Amino acid sequence: MTGMFFRAQEISKSFPGVKANDRVDFEMATGEIHALFGENGSGKSTLVKTIYGLAQPDEGRMWLRGEDYMPRSPQQARAKGVTMVFQHFSLFDAMSVAENIALGMDQPPPRARLSEMIANTGERYGLPLSPDSRVGDLSVGERQRVEIIRCLLQDPDLLIMDEPTSVLTPQEVDTLFATLRQLVAEGTAILYISHKLEEIRELCDRATILRGGRVVAKCDPKEKSARELAELMVGRSFSAPARAASATEGELLLEASGLSLPPVSVFGTGLTGVSFSVRAGEVLGIAGVAGNGQEELAAALSGESRASGSLRLDGVELQGKGINERRRLGLSAAPEERLGHSAAPDMSLTENAYLTAAVRMRLSPGGIVDWSAARSFAESVMHSFDVRAAGPFSAARALSGGNLQKFVIGREILQTPRALVVNQPTWGVDAAAASVIRQALLDMAEDGAAIVVISQDLDELIEISSTIAVLNGGRLSEQLRVENVTRDELGLLMGGAKGLREVADAAA
Amino acid sequence: MLRLEPRLEASRTWAALTPVMAVAATMVAGAVMFALLGKDPLVAIRTIFWAPLFDPALAAYARPQILVKAAPLILIAIGLSLGFRANIWNIGAEGQYVMGAVAGGGAALAFYPLDAWWLFPFMLFCGLLGGLLWGLIPAFLKVTFRANEILVSLMLVYVAEQYLASVALGLLRNPDGAGFPGSRNLQTYESAHNAELIAGTGIHLGVVTAALAVVMVYALLRMHRTGFEIKLSGQSPRAARFAGVNQAVLTYFCLGTGGAFAGLAGIFELSGPSGQLSIDFNVGYGFTAIIVAFLGRLHPFGIVFAGLLMALTYIGGEMAQFMLNLPSAAIQAFQGMLLFFLLSMEFLTRYRIRIRRLERN
Repeated sequence: MTGMFFRAQEISKSFPGVKANDRVDFEMATGEIHALFGENGSGKSTLVKTIYGLAQPDEGRMWLRGEDYMPRSPQQARAKGVTMVFQHFSLFDAMSVAENIALGMDQPPPRARLSEMIANTGERYGLPLSPDSRVGDLSVGERQRVEIIRCLLQDPDLLIMDEPTSVLTPQEVDTLFATLRQLVAEGTAILYISHKLEEIRELCDRATILRGGRVVAKCDPKEKSARELAELMVGRSFSAPARAASATEGELLLEASGLSLPPVSVFGTGLTGVSFSVRAGEVLGIAGVAGNGQEELAAALSGESRASGSLRLDGVELQGKGINERRRLGLSAAPEERLGHSAAPDMSLTENAYLTAAVRMRLSPGGIVDWSAARSFAESVMHSFDVRAAGPFSAARALSGGNLQKFVIGREILQTPRALVVNQPTWGVDAAAASVIRQALLDMAEDGAAIVVISQDLDELIEISSTIAVLNGGRLSEQLRVENVTRDELGLLMGGAKGLREVADAAA
Repeated sequence: MLRLEPRLEASRTWAALTPVMAVAATMVAGAVMFALLGKDPLVAIRTIFWAPLFDPALAAYARPQILVKAAPLILIAIGLSLGFRANIWNIGAEGQYVMGAVAGGGAALAFYPLDAWWLFPFMLFCGLLGGLLWGLIPAFLKVTFRANEILVSLMLVYVAEQYLASVALGLLRNPDGAGFPGSRNLQTYESAHNAELIAGTGIHLGVVTAALAVVMVYALLRMHRTGFEIKLSGQSPRAARFAGVNQAVLTYFCLGTGGAFAGLAGIFELSGPSGQLSIDFNVGYGFTAIIVAFLGRLHPFGIVFAGLLMALTYIGGEMAQFMLNLPSAAIQAFQGMLLFFLLSMEFLTRYRIRIRRLERN
């Protein structure tokens, strides 16, 4: 095979119970940014792992520069000029940038020489980084730079990037894109994995779309709308959530003032004086880059951790009250992690329905569990939110991410709490399910509930929030009407600007 | 080529089959071992598994003995299973068993030779309390100082044994015993004697209590919120916190129940089959019950089956020892095989074996 820089033919790979890749054909030219996208479980990761030598296909062949290519390990892949930046970084917080980079190299040069190389590469690609900084002190965006420079130092011909922007502010995304374009101009091929369709349209020259382990489409993403791309991805059309035109906001329902929580570890995030207020019918969106205290805030609101400060629901102080007492009073929560936090993986949907609904739905009066009532409640959640499962006896583990998320969110909504806190409600969820969930949250607000949505997806927040605030380093910015704020302003707040005035200064 | 593949979901069929297959495999491997020792393997296996139950000459003695041995094993194991399901590891049931016997026996002997209807229930209550309090020590240390309950409960076994030795030689020594160590024999103390309910069957109140405990725990796990909390904490601690489970209360409950059941087993044994509080009163029921709990897959009815099976191999093993002149080490090895096969077969519930032809190239 000549002409194409990289080519894969009829790649198939099975895992117990699932065909992850099914005769996937795929090729890339030098100097192109090629998008690979699809829903969770569509086989993206498996294909990429195959290319990077982390997995071997059951069948199929690959060629790199026209030669047979079948890496048995990442070392072999790197020797052939293929490198990868993972979504989850493998960095040691307590070590310096240079030490971390040296650890990831097969043959690291002497330290002084390495530091020089890091500085030079950083300068050349607009990725400023001090080789001696401790990684624990860096922002998430800077940590990603460490990973990218680690790859660039190996002079890659093919760079694989797995969901690189999920941890970045909009400004950091722009910087990253500039770097990637420069690399491509110098002849590197980039395989870009993402599910953010707008980004793909902006950055990529070609796209390969996977669904259920198969290639379902190849296209030029610039010629399609984000909507068309999404429909290719999920294989059917769906509607965007609609907010009622006459959304009115009522009296103050949920009010936090000065919530603080010490960090659990040296590099962990605590909460410092978090204050906000949410009216009946209002959706408060809390934006922020991952790891800035989202999980801590969700736990402090749900009652899983004991924060100092005040949290009132309709005037009633909730501090000092446990999670079930808060549920009884009308504050419910849906955590980020579905398996193992919102739901017990090996328990049935009936048992998982009982898990949070015991109090409000009175499912165990006097301690004796009314399992038939729990089962009917599980069934009504499944029915109302179109949860696809064999039945209420199915184990939570057996459901797809989107279906389980619909179940755990629906479980809270059908208990009709007065206020609901959700963390990352559509994380790792297919587009159709995400749209169902967002619509349900909006409907709930319309019925007079106060809703707090913590999310790293800025588009999602702009779509459903009435007010928005940004969490950065455990501090919450002032709360702004969503119509009075721009993406750029939010981006600056996510990057650490203290308030709107500073944002205005930065813009000037 | 053989390959192991993890199963998506644990196989229910295998989960039900493994104990049966483990017993079958133990019989085969045991037969080989007995043959190597120069005994007729069929006779040996028959003596262990069949004779105690059905041999016309032996069953009359052996059947009641099986119940007598199985009852404390089941009662202790059923209490332990609650904690094990919640990831709370009480390894010290042996100590709780001893302390139950000492507390209950001490209470009864304190009133010797009183003849009163309330003495027997009072003695049982003190036995329960002794085990309960001994079990609550590791619970308190775990909740308050995050001390590892495995170590604490285990070390308390040795404390309990020393205490038993001390009272058997001192405080509770039989004043009419001509200076021999050991307490008065409760079998001869009418109002404290845990006699057989139906003569010749081996059924004493401890057997009935064990059966009741099985049913109660089964109902608790099936129907009560606490049962749900126990299962949830074991499977998914974070989800348990989200469900509002109070981990401290659960720790006290599980270790306390385990201790109380072990204490009851201790006092039933002391006031019935054993009779006398002596240095070697405890024979390892508390440790064997751990095996019984896992052999029964922590399921109440499984534990009944496992307890009876374990008691059968004890009685059958003893018979094989004196009838066929087998060394006691061979019997212990045989019981060890049972455990080994059970654990290795359990692997099959989570993994499947695939036979694959080697790929070309």
